[in-house]
Amino acid sequence: MLGYLLRRILAAVPVMGVVALFVFLLLRLTPGDPAAILAGDNATPERLERIRESLGLNEPLIVQFVTWVNKLLHGDLGTSLISNLPVMKMIGQRVEPSISIALCTIILAVIVAVPLGVIAAWKHGTWIDRFVMGLSVLGFSVPVFVVGYVLIQVFAIELRWVPVQGFRSIFNGFGPFFERMILPTCALSFIYVALIARMTRAAMLDVLGEDYVRTARAKGINEVAVMMRHALRNAAVPVITVIGTGFALLISGVVVTESVFNIPGIGRLTVDAVLARDYPVIQAMILLTSLIYVVVNLLIDVAYTLLDPRIRY
Amino acid sequence: MTDTILDINNLVVSIGKQPKGANIIDGISIQVRERETLCLVGESGSGKSVTSLTTMGLLPKGTLVPTGGSVKLVGEELLTATDRRLRQLRATKMAMIFQEPMTALNPVVPVGRQIDEVLRAHTKLDAKARRKRILDMMEQVHLPQVERIFASYPHRLSGGQRQRIMIAMALVLEPKLLIADEPTTALDVTTQKQILSLIRELQRDHGTAVLFITHDMGVVAEIADRVAVMRQGRLVETGPLETVLRNPTMEYTRNLLSSVPSLVPRPPREETREPVVLEANELSKVYKERAFFGKGREVVAADKVTLTLRKGRTLGIVGESGSGKSTVARCIVRLIDPTSGGVRLAGREIADISRRLLQPHRQKIQIVFQDPYRSLNPRVTVGESIAEGPVNYGVAHADAMKRARELLELVGLPPDAVSRYPHQFSGGQRQRIAIARALALDPDVLVADEAVSALDVSVQAQVLELLDEIQKRLGIAILFITHDLRVAAQICDEVVVMQHGRVVEQGPAAEVLTHPKEAYTKALLDAAPGRGWDFANFRPVAEGVGATL
Repeated sequence: MLGYLLRRILAAVPVMGVVALFVFLLLRLTPGDPAAILAGDNATPERLERIRESLGLNEPLIVQFVTWVNKLLHGDLGTSLISNLPVMKMIGQRVEPSISIALCTIILAVIVAVPLGVIAAWKHGTWIDRFVMGLSVLGFSVPVFVVGYVLIQVFAIELRWVPVQGFRSIFNGFGPFFERMILPTCALSFIYVALIARMTRAAMLDVLGEDYVRTARAKGINEVAVMMRHALRNAAVPVITVIGTGFALLISGVVVTESVFNIPGIGRLTVDAVLARDYPVIQAMILLTSLIYVVVNLLIDVAYTLLDPRIRY
Repeated sequence: MTDTILDINNLVVSIGKQPKGANIIDGISIQVRERETLCLVGESGSGKSVTSLTTMGLLPKGTLVPTGGSVKLVGEELLTATDRRLRQLRATKMAMIFQEPMTALNPVVPVGRQIDEVLRAHTKLDAKARRKRILDMMEQVHLPQVERIFASYPHRLSGGQRQRIMIAMALVLEPKLLIADEPTTALDVTTQKQILSLIRELQRDHGTAVLFITHDMGVVAEIADRVAVMRQGRLVETGPLETVLRNPTMEYTRNLLSSVPSLVPRPPREETREPVVLEANELSKVYKERAFFGKGREVVAADKVTLTLRKGRTLGIVGESGSGKSTVARCIVRLIDPTSGGVRLAGREIADISRRLLQPHRQKIQIVFQDPYRSLNPRVTVGESIAEGPVNYGVAHADAMKRARELLELVGLPPDAVSRYPHQFSGGQRQRIAIARALALDPDVLVADEAVSALDVSVQAQVLELLDEIQKRLGIAILFITHDLRVAAQICDEVVVMQHGRVVEQGPAAEVLTHPKEAYTKALLDAAPGRGWDFANFRPVAEGVGATL
């Protein structure tokens, strides 16, 4: 198992390398002078020269790449062109809200969706099944901002149970953090509940037709044990896959939710950077997103081996 | 009677909830007594499995519903029993083992824990006592290294070992009734023999009543005390084993028995001087498993296999699963590439030529696969499937379709079958279509890879007859791959016996299958179920020999 982990981590290095190369070339290969792109439309010649100097644009390409990667490995992602802050620091501030919301959402979604899916599959073809599936169609089709604004209207404005928007770090007390997390989490988990419940139901329906489920029933054990111990564990692989990729998506791109609830997360940072052509930030975001996907995929694969003893690498 | 364990009386099972659903089981009555094995025999669709699932209360809910009669287990009515009561009875009073040991165990739970579940659900024993009892039961089913196997996952065990686990699981609480639904069908003959004797042994020790479901008359002859023959949901005939095998009263039973191919090889055909159409010379296939780090693993699937096949003759390759017989067939047809050795098709070496150069030779050798339900494209009409080959070789579409009609007639199907789809045909008909498809290219060699193994005996007999007739008419050479020695004895001129990728013995079928020289061939013949019976003549083989002498 350790050997496998090590191999997988090693295998991630070339992937990240290719991404790094792509990100590096993004600036250098765009037509025109990178310094001019970076400096924007109203740059003075002095500013252009300063940027060239700082990026080492007068060096050969390969030297530039090596210095750039070297800086990267030391945690230096460059400086934002807009705020003049180190990119590393900007992202650092934004990571906590994003991870908080992603984790809360995925946990809530799994807690709600997996039992729903299991029950729907177990009661396949009955009104319960149709009800759950109807709910999931609803979850898919209602946009997250609609859900968000409805929740704000009802729970924050009418009932005044929770604050309307904003974010507080969990390190400043769980209460304020939790209060502000509830609504965005609920709004965002809507679609993930729909997705995961559907996936669980489909996987369970497949598994329930298997011979070993019949064997389990022939043993005279109760239906809950049949469902949980025999069916769900075997249905888990596709469900875990959806949960994993869903989580990666959540960290890197929940712009709408962040906007509706005014949460300073990575999603909005990215959008702001793209709109302002803040290249160093964009580059960092691409790298970060790729890293998140690589790590999540690694975790999914590890989960496979834990769930299914037949899977060995 | 006091010792009647299972009493099924006038049972009716229908489709669906509506009152007018068709009856799948139509008024069958059977009894199984203590220490008795009742074999429920029938072809596919006869309702034998539905009968057993009804007894266990495991019918798919809502699709199949018992609508009449009664099923009593030691006097207790099961059809009206609550789900809760049925759960209590399962594993304690009645238990079941299934056909596919490969899929009947949960792949993600160690087998010991799967047996443990039975004890946890039905007894109040503590962990230590449960473990002791499980290990004891695993010893009783003759599993080796029980401690190790206890903690193993199913995929680490062989098919035979898994079926032993299933049996241990079923019998650990000493139920009164054991239902065995084709428990040996998916196993090799040598393993089958062991499992059958294990079931007999345990039945003797525990006094269990066994309801044994099978389609294989050989197995019936080995294990039954009494036999019940089913057909289309009705009971055709029931009686003691000897009576049913010797004096079947019903026409259907007689036909069923007559269809069982005899283990005694058919009289050898005359040697021919016809040209050799297919030659394999020291053909080998090695699978290499490449490891990311460290050394890879090598599996020799076929090891220097040499064989020759003349025009108009049938060569059989027999062996158990994993013997390499299918690998050889696939190498010869070049569906996979051999690692070394040669294949000469009509004098032309084809083992190592490129796919492009191979193309014109492909039409000379065609293959028919095992599973007729999966080997035809379900979205393409039968006619198009048959015509596809010739069209690929440049025949005009209209001509190819005309030929398809002729071929369908040749294999005994109506010519208008061209415009229908595979799902509209039965298994036997589909295999006829597959044969017609193979013949469409006028091949010199027809490779039949377990082509009759998935078929019921009566259908099997028809398809074998068809192959024989086609061979006589077209002079085609047949390479026949099978695990079934009975089939091999009836269709092959020569046989090659394979084990672990190697040829163990080869020669004329009449010789090899009556006077085997090698220990493995002897073991195979010895394990063939019901070898003592000459089913088609309704008498034991020994009597037949006595009569002809």
